[in-house]
Amino acid sequence: MASMKDIKRRKESIQSTGQITKAMKLVATVKLQKARGKAESARPYFDAMYNTVSSILANSERINHRYLKSGETTKKAIIVITANRGLAGGYNSNVIKTVTGSDIAREDAVIYAVGTKGRDFFARREYKIAADFSEAINEPIYKDAMEIGQAVLDAFEAGEVGEIYLAYTSFKNTVVHEPKLVKLLPMSTEDVEKTEGSEATGLVEYEPEEEEALDIIIPKYINSLIYGALMEAIASENGARMTAMDNATSNAEDIISELSLKYNRARQSSITQELTEIIAGANAIS
Amino acid sequence: MADKKFELEVMCPDRTFFKGEADMVELCTVEGEIGVYPGHIPLAAVLTPGIMTIHNDGEVKKAALHSGFVKISQDSIMVLAEIAEWPDEIDINRANEAKLRAERRLDGSKSGIDIQRAEAALKRSLTRIALKG
Repeated sequence: MASMKDIKRRKESIQSTGQITKAMKLVATVKLQKARGKAESARPYFDAMYNTVSSILANSERINHRYLKSGETTKKAIIVITANRGLAGGYNSNVIKTVTGSDIAREDAVIYAVGTKGRDFFARREYKIAADFSEAINEPIYKDAMEIGQAVLDAFEAGEVGEIYLAYTSFKNTVVHEPKLVKLLPMSTEDVEKTEGSEATGLVEYEPEEEEALDIIIPKYINSLIYGALMEAIASENGARMTAMDNATSNAEDIISELSLKYNRARQSSITQELTEIIAGANAIS
Repeated sequence: MADKKFELEVMCPDRTFFKGEADMVELCTVEGEIGVYPGHIPLAAVLTPGIMTIHNDGEVKKAALHSGFVKISQDSIMVLAEIAEWPDEIDINRANEAKLRAERRLDGSKSGIDIQRAEAALKRSLTRIALKG
């Protein structure tokens, strides 16, 4: 049986860990609320963007645009959005798993990392890392999304990559986050047509012509997708961290109560032993 | 003119910039400046950096829009702007500096992509200065 001193030391150390996890949980909760608000305010813009793009593409069978076809190389750009910090349960590894578990071969993958956790993982496994935007995940602004979008589109246009994917965690609600791997380019017209149909698309005039307009609008659409993904990723990260830290805190409490019990038992047995010894000593003298 | 209005929505990625009724709105598209009254034919146009002017009941509001596009339908107009600013959000000193920087970079002209970026930056700063001044 461990000595009283050992138990006490262990209890104190767990207590301070518990305090830290509790504080982290509170911080994550506040950040989650903030991130959630931001993700929600980004929503209308994204929806409007999506409607416009899909209404253009809906009657675009004749449009033969370069953003609608895969490039000739088999290389695929993947934007991987993870966190810069750990202690968020399975958050980071879930995103990574969607990439390693997909049918994209390692030789073909070109990683655009957002978040050091994902970057380090893929760097260790000798994936090709084309760019690192890790500082963006701390407090993403739209400009970050524009830069990332620009980088992948440049690579796409230069023929370095044939397809562009985005791996991130979509935020359903505080406890449900779903890691996702979505294809950004080439855009498939089938995806958008199914959801769209209400707009009277045939009547809209374009200035400049549709194909030129697509040149400008699709990059903006991609940027808004990336921005939305960044926002959702942050909300998910903090949600995941909140849950993880909540579990850690309640675990710490369980262990502390167990240790308290052990400590009290040890104390009681040492008192009993002392008493026995005193009585035995007194008996020996008399 | 006053009896007919349309819904105008200006949206940015991080906020709804403006939402309300208007009599007329002026915008800068890549093909030139347009003024839109209610009952305009449906049109989708790409915007270039420029000043958007909203007229409503004799009240005039101006804002800077940098890159985006506009979707006009019968009785509503939706502007999707990547960056939009009201005059009081613009820092004139910063805009002046940005203008100088862009001009300097254009004089030093290196590769094609840099020129494009510098030109875009120059346009943005000019718009800001024009709106403020």
